[in-house]
Amino acid sequence: MTEISLFPIVFYALAAVTVVSALGVAFSNNIFYSAIALMGTLLGAAGLYVMLAADFVAVVQIFVYVGGILVLTLFAINLTSRIGDVSISNRSLGRFPAFVALALSGGVMVRAIREASWNMVEVREAVPTINGIGNAFLTEYILPFELASLVLLAALVGAVVLSRKELRD
Amino acid sequence: MLQEFIDSLIADGLFGGLPRDVAYLIGMLAAGALVVFGFVLNVAGITTFVERRVWARIQSRVGPNRVGPQGVLQWLADGLKLLMKEEAIPFAADARLFKLAPFIVTIGFITAFVAMPFSSALIVADLNLGILYITSMTSLVVVGIMVAGWASNNKWSLIGGIRAAAQIVSYEIPAALSIFTVILITGTLSMQSIIQQQSWLPWDWFIFHNPFTFIGFFVTFVALLAEGNRTPFDLPEAESELVAGFVTEYSGARYLFFFLVEWGNLYVISAILVTLFLGGWQVPMIPVITDSAFGLNLLQALTFVGKSYFGVILIMWIRATLPRIRVDQLMTTCWKYLLPISFANFMGTALWVLIWPDGFLPAELLMTALGFGLVGYFFYRVAYHLRRSGAQITLSPLS
Repeated sequence: MTEISLFPIVFYALAAVTVVSALGVAFSNNIFYSAIALMGTLLGAAGLYVMLAADFVAVVQIFVYVGGILVLTLFAINLTSRIGDVSISNRSLGRFPAFVALALSGGVMVRAIREASWNMVEVREAVPTINGIGNAFLTEYILPFELASLVLLAALVGAVVLSRKELRD
Repeated sequence: MLQEFIDSLIADGLFGGLPRDVAYLIGMLAAGALVVFGFVLNVAGITTFVERRVWARIQSRVGPNRVGPQGVLQWLADGLKLLMKEEAIPFAADARLFKLAPFIVTIGFITAFVAMPFSSALIVADLNLGILYITSMTSLVVVGIMVAGWASNNKWSLIGGIRAAAQIVSYEIPAALSIFTVILITGTLSMQSIIQQQSWLPWDWFIFHNPFTFIGFFVTFVALLAEGNRTPFDLPEAESELVAGFVTEYSGARYLFFFLVEWGNLYVISAILVTLFLGGWQVPMIPVITDSAFGLNLLQALTFVGKSYFGVILIMWIRATLPRIRVDQLMTTCWKYLLPISFANFMGTALWVLIWPDGFLPAELLMTALGFGLVGYFFYRVAYHLRRSGAQITLSPLS
């Protein structure tokens, strides 16, 4: 029996979904379509995490990005009146400068991708990662973890200060 | 589980010379189709019929009783009727997104069943992130609802979509926090392992584990009701103010999809509660029946679906008797009451597990007595009022 693996097929399918939706986000004229394409990108990325045997990261990706951030984005779009016809305030600099910028940044990225020493690992059996992540957070990385929660708290307090009229006056 | 089964089929030569991964794919699709067509569609359909009958009895009406004996085939007739109806797409609507929205909603709903247990062996995939997977997949439903509300190009739909999003995003926090109180006790997110740590005895259920989980059960119930857009939290489709909210412009098969999800969600809500708090499929070891694997699994599946259906009936009862709450009341309930309560529950359970890692039996027995006492007192009061009012009631569902 020949062992043909579906692994590469699934990988390229997920990568295609991610890239095509990302292009949709960037090129769509309708901001709502961009937001829906963003959902494709996020779900594709979650699929890629699954392929990397990072199950917890994949599920949290959907939980936080699709269930939280994407919904907030759609919420903001729905609540903004006449979001379809925005008056563009920053003047376009024309095609030539754009091409130069693209060539420069693209060159840097291609070079980085080619010269990076990729850490290749064998395809691993998918093992639960959640225990390891939890232990690492509460032992080795407890300081960054706690500092991150402090930053989030500051953001929350800041949002309250910005949005409450009686505090702003 | 499924993998071992397919491996055994491959060993028997059922798949011929097909590659292993293709055999797995076929197996997964077959299992998925079995769950969707064998269980999900039927349970959603039958629930619509049961809901209409239960609701009718509560409101002193008869309800549908013409199609089939006692009207039991009504749901099939309704489904066929909706499938054959012409679909109208509003001229001003965004046709592509309008057509896409019901499918996003349905995907978010059906993928949750992947990790939904039925018995100790019957589960499509016992994911080790089970409950987290289910909560994150159901968040696709809200994206679909928002797309539907926007694409309909109708102010009722838009308001409905926005309400749905605001409601689900808010209530996700108390729901997740209350679910995590149970995770503190179990130390695992897998649906099967959560059930395995309980037993068929009520005081081993996590609802009676300590006072905090007892309150946590009700917090979870309210939060999941709100996430499933059920009365008293059905503001997104509030018939009296928004026509039908985000489904106003939908007709035919796409309308059917929205209602499939709406009623199927009743089962999902109850199954999550049964898994986390009410002992899941745990059954006592009865000789003869549970000796064979088939009998054991059948009894477990019947127990699980029976417990879940009890929850479904409870939600119907709430829908038939409670008025809808206002938007500001909705937000007050979530942010000012449920959120602090669920934080307190979380901390309390953490301390409890720290002090008594293996549970504290006297407290469990006390909580069980309290729980059953409350139910008993409720029935006593209802009986008292019925006697005093001298009301004529018929308890038979068939009359």
